[in-house]
Amino acid sequence: MTDSRFQTRFWRIALPLLVGVAVLFVWQGAVTAFDVPSFVLPAPTLIAESLVANFGSLMGSLVVTLRVTVAAFLLASVGGVALAILFVQNRAVETALFPYAIILQVTPVVAIAPLILIWVGFDQVELALLILAWIVAFFPVLSNTVLGLRSVDHNLTDLFRLYGASRLQTLIELQLPAALPYILAGMKISGGLALIGAVVAEFVAGSGASTGLAWRIVEAGNRLDIPKMFAALFLLSLLGIAIFFLLSLVEYLLLRRWHESVIRREG
Amino acid sequence: MNASSPLISLDHVGKTYASGTTALDGVSADIAQGAFVSLVGPSGCGKSTLLRILAGLISADRGSVAWPATETRPKKLGFVFQEATLMPWASVFDNVRLPLKLKGQSSEQARERVISTLSRVGLADFADAYPRELSGGMRMRVSIARALVTQPPVLLMDEPFAALDEFTRETLDDDLLALWRAQAWTVLFVTHSIYEAVYLSERVLVMGARPGRIVADVAIEAPAERGRTFRESHLYIDQCAAISAKLREAS
Repeated sequence: MTDSRFQTRFWRIALPLLVGVAVLFVWQGAVTAFDVPSFVLPAPTLIAESLVANFGSLMGSLVVTLRVTVAAFLLASVGGVALAILFVQNRAVETALFPYAIILQVTPVVAIAPLILIWVGFDQVELALLILAWIVAFFPVLSNTVLGLRSVDHNLTDLFRLYGASRLQTLIELQLPAALPYILAGMKISGGLALIGAVVAEFVAGSGASTGLAWRIVEAGNRLDIPKMFAALFLLSLLGIAIFFLLSLVEYLLLRRWHESVIRREG
Repeated sequence: MNASSPLISLDHVGKTYASGTTALDGVSADIAQGAFVSLVGPSGCGKSTLLRILAGLISADRGSVAWPATETRPKKLGFVFQEATLMPWASVFDNVRLPLKLKGQSSEQARERVISTLSRVGLADFADAYPRELSGGMRMRVSIARALVTQPPVLLMDEPFAALDEFTRETLDDDLLALWRAQAWTVLFVTHSIYEAVYLSERVLVMGARPGRIVADVAIEAPAERGRTFRESHLYIDQCAAISAKLREAS
């Protein structure tokens, strides 16, 4: 790595961190200086204290939310890709089903959540949350994969025909690799949406039936324990950021040898 | 196989696209086995359409395409596109291996063939490189290697060097000629460059547009060894001028 590249990388991490630290200092200073009550805006130190004090319950909730999010995300990725493959293989299937996929996507999850909760039952609330998070998360993977599978260089498609490739060979050797950048882009959106879906669904479920981070926020809000609310919020953001970075890393590792989007140009 | 029969026999071949454009009309020609034949003409004269019909990618609406020497279209056809048309996610080795892989050969079975084909196009050291790491000329060599790896009796080339610079193109022209001489294949070479057609071919089919048809069938006179002296000779320039005149007549 050259010096200048190291410097670029250093500043890419250091600059946002500096901004974050500065904001925390201003926040802390302002809260102290203007004597803001903690139920309006708690100081960062108070949030940190709350995080430590409630560490056990918050971590337990984090695991619940993480479990729902990851399961929904994985099912959305697998389901989205599988359905997209089906759509591309068979126009009739696509024509018949695509409108319903769109309906599922445009219907706000808050609006279907009560229904799903009733159907699944409050005794299996995590399953209901999983279904809801999945509904939110799966569409980006589906639509991106369809786009990717359709964007194959037509000369390459001709080449495969010329060499007598079967449909399965064309799918595995040509269409899926060509669609990979699109699939990964869809998954990156999906990862964030799965978390949003899990949280929103849990808000709707409410009433302590589930014990994820969203419930901690509702609970803390009801008790006017604003520092704990912020602590839970902080963990949620952290989770979202972690998901995004992890998926970006996967994208980088899979595409770095060949795709324009991740290739760094010299100079 | 009958050695004296032509490899390809075109009889009044015509093709009209759904849009109503008549791409080809009444195209008749015989292509001898082992010949190097160029199709030259302006864009829209149906050169590529003819090549795609021969490859079996599309079918003719009228007339017949026969393969008298082999009776049916050879299973192994080499096709080189205008662009290198490589899979960007696969290494040079895997790109060249593709035709063998699609026939069910494992990487180990194919290795020797792929490597020897790569060395024939001068890219043995680049087996592990990715297409984006190569220059345009090198990518085209990979594309040619992929077409050659099945050792096809016929090589169909659709303006393969059109996107390359003059120097690279001349080098590849010479390499292609050397490969053709070493092998017993038939090459059908589509180009819009009269100079390239005359330099490479034994025979040039001049095509006219709207509708696409053959307007002249010219045998090229050239020394056994073509090279810089041929490129600069009167013989070469006169033949280019003659074909140029035929193209002007047609339009």
